[in-house]
This record gives sequence, C-alpha cells and structure tokens, in this order.
Amino acid sequence: MSAALDTLARDIARQRRRRSARRLRLGLLMGALLLGTVALTLSVGHTITPPGQVLRALAGDDLPGVSFAVRELRLPRAVLSILAGLSFGLGGVAFQIMLRNPLASPDIIGISIGSSAAAVLAITAFGLTGMAVSLLAVLSGLGVAAAIYLLSFRNGVAGARLILVGIAIAAMLQSVIAYALARAPSWTLQDALRWLTGSVNGATLPQALPLLVSLTVFGALLLACRRDLEAMRLGDDTAAALGVSLTRARATIMLGAVGMIAVATAVTGPIAFTAFLSGPIAMRLAGPGRSPVLMAGLVGAALVLIGDFIGQQMLPARYPVGIVTGALGAPFLVYLIVRANRTGAF
Amino acid sequence: MSDIALSAAMTLARSRHRRLLWLGVAVLVLAGAGVLSVSLGTRDVDWRDIVAGATGTTDTLARAVVAVRVPRTVMAALAGAALGLAGAVMQGVTRNPLADPGILGVNAGAAMAVVIGMAWFGMATLTGYIWAAIAGAALTAAFVYAIGSVGRGGATPLKLALAGTATMVATSSFTTAIILPRNDIAGGVQAWQVGGVGGASFDVIAPCLPFLAVGAALSLMSARSLNLLALGDDAAAALGARVAWARAGAALGAVLLCGAATAACGPLIFVGLVVPHLCRLLVGADYRWLLPFSALLGAALLIGTDVLARLLARPSELDVGIVTAFVGAPVFIWIVRQRRVREL
Repeated sequence: MSAALDTLARDIARQRRRRSARRLRLGLLMGALLLGTVALTLSVGHTITPPGQVLRALAGDDLPGVSFAVRELRLPRAVLSILAGLSFGLGGVAFQIMLRNPLASPDIIGISIGSSAAAVLAITAFGLTGMAVSLLAVLSGLGVAAAIYLLSFRNGVAGARLILVGIAIAAMLQSVIAYALARAPSWTLQDALRWLTGSVNGATLPQALPLLVSLTVFGALLLACRRDLEAMRLGDDTAAALGVSLTRARATIMLGAVGMIAVATAVTGPIAFTAFLSGPIAMRLAGPGRSPVLMAGLVGAALVLIGDFIGQQMLPARYPVGIVTGALGAPFLVYLIVRANRTGAF
Repeated sequence: MSDIALSAAMTLARSRHRRLLWLGVAVLVLAGAGVLSVSLGTRDVDWRDIVAGATGTTDTLARAVVAVRVPRTVMAALAGAALGLAGAVMQGVTRNPLADPGILGVNAGAAMAVVIGMAWFGMATLTGYIWAAIAGAALTAAFVYAIGSVGRGGATPLKLALAGTATMVATSSFTTAIILPRNDIAGGVQAWQVGGVGGASFDVIAPCLPFLAVGAALSLMSARSLNLLALGDDAAAALGARVAWARAGAALGAVLLCGAATAACGPLIFVGLVVPHLCRLLVGADYRWLLPFSALLGAALLIGTDVLARLLARPSELDVGIVTAFVGAPVFIWIVRQRRVREL
C-alpha cells in the first residue's frame, strides 16, 4: 500500500518537475524570441547596421548616420511595439477569460473601436493632440464597453448577446471613423490609416510614457485580480462558490483591460487582431491549467514586433503593422470559428 | 365546420385588406419621400423652381440645384429598394433574422473587388465596377455562408454574424493594403467607402439598371420557394420545392442586387436588415408580400435617410452611409435583445 503511494507521490513530483521545466524553457524561448526581434528591429532599416555599432549607438556614442537611425527611429519603434503589444495581449486575454469565449476579444466586440473612433474625432474634428487624445480615448473606450455591457444585459449577460451587440456597435463606430477620415484633408491619409489598422510609424520615445503608466496602473489592477480570473475560468458559479465576488471582480477586470487597451489604441491605433490572437496562442503555449495572462502579454509584444518587421522589411511596399496582423489574424479567426463549431463551444 | 371555414376566409380577407391598406400607405410614403428629397437640401428653393427644375429646366441656379437632386433621388430609391429586397431574400435563404448584406460582409467583399479592379486592372468604367462588385459579392456570400454553416446547428445567426465580421475585417485589411501604396486612387476609394448617393447622375444609374432588373426579377420569383424554405429544408422538400435550386436562384438575385447597389453607392450597412423586419411587422411573414414591400420601404428609407443626411449637417452634408449605420444599429440590438439566447 505505502509502496503504491510512494510511486504515486514520485510520479506527481516528476510530472511537476517536468512541467515547471517546460515552463522555464518556454519562458526562456519567448524571451529569446523577443530579444532577437528587438535586435533585428534595431539593426535592420534602410541599411543594415552591425550589432557592435548598434550597441555603441545605444550606449551614447555618436556614430555618423548610425546614431540617429538607431536611437531616434528604430529604438522608439521597438519600445512602442513591445509596450503596445503587452497592453493588447494582457487586455485581450483578460476579456477572453472573463467571458470564456476566445471570440469575445475587445477588437471584435467593439471596445478598441470605441477608443479609436474617439481618437479620430478628437484629432480630425477638434484638433486635439497628445495627452488629451489619450484621455478621451480611454474615457470613450470605457463608455463604449459599459454601453455594450448594459445593452446586452437581460437576466444576466449572455456571451452570444454581448458579442452581437458589440458587432452592431462596432459597425456603427466604423462608419463614424470612415466618415471622419473621408472628411480629413488628404495629406493626413497616411496618418489617418493608423486609426483603421494601427501602426507604429513615426514612433517617438515620449509616446511610450502614457503606455508605461497605463501598463503599471491597469496592469497592477489586472494582476491583483489574477486569482479571481483563474477562478472565473471554471465558470461563474464555481468562481462564486470559491469566494469570488463576481460583480466586483468583473468591474475591476473590465476597468483594467479596457483602460490598457484604450491607452494603447490612442497611441498606436487598434493594431488589428493582436488582442484577439494573443490569448489563444498563449493558452496553447502555456498548456492546460496554467494562467495564460502573462504569456499572452509576451505573445502580444512578439506579434507586434514581428508584424512590424515583416511589414517594414519583407514586403514589396511598406505596410503598417496592423495590416500584417490583420492578414495573419483573419485566417486564424476562420479556423477558430470552424473549430469552435465542431466542438459546439458556442 | 363551415363556420370555421367562413371565419378563416374572413380572417384572410381582413388580412388582405390590411395588406392592401399598408401597400397604399407605403406607396404614399415613398412618393412623399421622393418629393421631400427633390425639394429639401442645403439650398432653399421655392416650389416654382422645384417644378421647373424637376422637369429639366436649368436656367437659374435654384432650378439647376433641383435638377441635380432628381437623379440623386432616383439613385437612392433604386439602391434602397435593391438592398431592402436583398436583405429580405437573404433572411429567407439563410433563415436568419440577422442576415444583412452589410453584416454578412457581402458589401465589403464587393467593395474589395471594386478596389482590386481599380488598382490592379485599371478599371475605370462603371460597368466594370458592377461586374467586379457582383463577382466579389458572390464569392464573399458563398465564403461566409460556408464558414458559418460548418458544424452542428447549421448556420446559426451568431456563427453567420461572426463569420461575416471576420470576413469584413479581413477584406478591409486587404483593401487598405491595396490602396496604401497608391495615393492616386486612395482619396476616391475612401470617399466611396463611406457609402453615399451624393454624386449620382443618370449616366451612373443607366448601367446598373439591367443588373438591378434581373436581380429583382430573380428575387421576386423566389417568393414562393422562400415561403416553403421557411418551414425548414425537409418540409420544403416534402412539399415539392427543389431546396438547393431555390436557394441558389434566390441568392443569385440577392447578390446581383447587392453588387449593383454597392458599385453605384459604396457599401451601405443595415438597410437590408431594418427594412424586412419593419415590413414583417406590417404585412406578416408571407414572402409574396414581404419582398415587394421590402423593396418599396427600402427605397423610402434610403431616400428619407439621404434627406436627413442633407439636413443634419447644413450647410455641409453627411453621407447617407453614416446615417443608415446609426439608424440600423439600434434596430439590430433590439432584435438581438428580443430573442432568447438559444435562438441566437
């Protein structure tokens, strides 16, 4: 009897070791991937800069032709990509877990579009810039999220109703954006397209500041709710039985996720499908039973970095990152619908 | 027994009277909308100029303004009728209350095909746009329906709506990718994508007419089979409908209508959703009445929203596309809230 228990205990211990080793390997791999892409972004542009010169430029040496490109063009781009990707990934996965539906990510159910519609109107119609735009984007992101939530509330919020209401709101706001862009002077077109698909073109380091602040504030909020989020993966009833105060947890999680996404949208535009893609990829990587929240943030950062590199360097014309992630995301969404249909997930 | 037959006959007669009454009202509303559309706008004109301008005199500015409003009104009427009819047919074919050429991504697909035609094949004639738009609409409709109906439960409203949204995101991403390196066509494409009837003239309307006529004929002829399809595929087959053929014929009609309307006005959303639901409230679910009614009220609705769009932002104008979106989204949400989650 005790011999059997011993083998069992040893078995469990071995499995735990194996899983934590796998997690470590995975974390290291993601880190290496991110570092590698950052290195690529920093060294490849119009010309290819050797790594030694990149490091010297970053350290503050003045190398003619190199310092400007690395410090002023490529570094802000990489920083902004990482921060925006983290925000989209974290915010997206929080929504997906909370609503237990991979399709209920903020970019499909109309929350990012609330922010970008507000930002477009603020810029084209009212001529606002900088912090005011970010603030307005955050507020209207929260407002639209609340509106969708309330409109789909009827004897509780059902996932299907929330998604459909979100689709309707998104269609409405999309036409506002299209209208505002069509009215804007044509030389702002390139700038304006950022609000349709998202881009990190023309990034500057000061732009990273609001992102950093929102990641700290709203990220802390989300991390504080991580245990609740874990419990909610098991279903609302189970979570309530485990002691989660559902209303408060939902409100906090939504505030954190929407805030993060809205700020990122205000800076880079709604980088298409990043929030939607990060969660499912992270869940697959992290495996069952592990919280995919942090991993989703890393995946989001990697997606934006890689998408931006592909859009800038590997296609015949230069495309903003949102076009690349949009093109990557669409087939994945179709795959997800087909798969979910087969398993009858919704 | 004969009492029952008598009361049934009386109910039928009464509902027939009611429908004829509503038909008269619909025609009146359409005529009223047309008159308003010709007489109201950014510039105020008095009624003598309206009569003169509408009959083709353009010797003063006021009369010329009225003369420009006439083709615009005709365009709005045709596009509205086409989209209303197409929406009703799509709701019948997919047996789905949320079907709409805009929501299902069909108009976005047509738009992408037109942009591809402009950018890669140097297309510049309206007939070219129409063919491209129809091809795009057909491909997208087939694609969305195929994705949406995979798996158990067939094409549920939620699955179709999600498949349509996904397709819309994908096509808009590709459309942007195509126009981004081409500043020469970008401005025109962008203005066209909002959807509007502002620049309409009879030269634009004429090439659309044959497509609209064939599409309308196919759609109206499918009324009987749509009635049968509403009972479910098995019952329809048992009652003698050739289910696949009926679906294909009706869908082809809807695609022709959407393609021609999109080529002329740009992608308009929600018209095809709102109108059939309104008509169902008025005349019931019989497609033989529903289809012509949807066409009539669709025309009236689009003319009406176009007038509204002209008046809301005086002295400038809104595009009708933005107004239809704002009129349609609340109706969509209302429909979603009306139903139990199981049905979605």
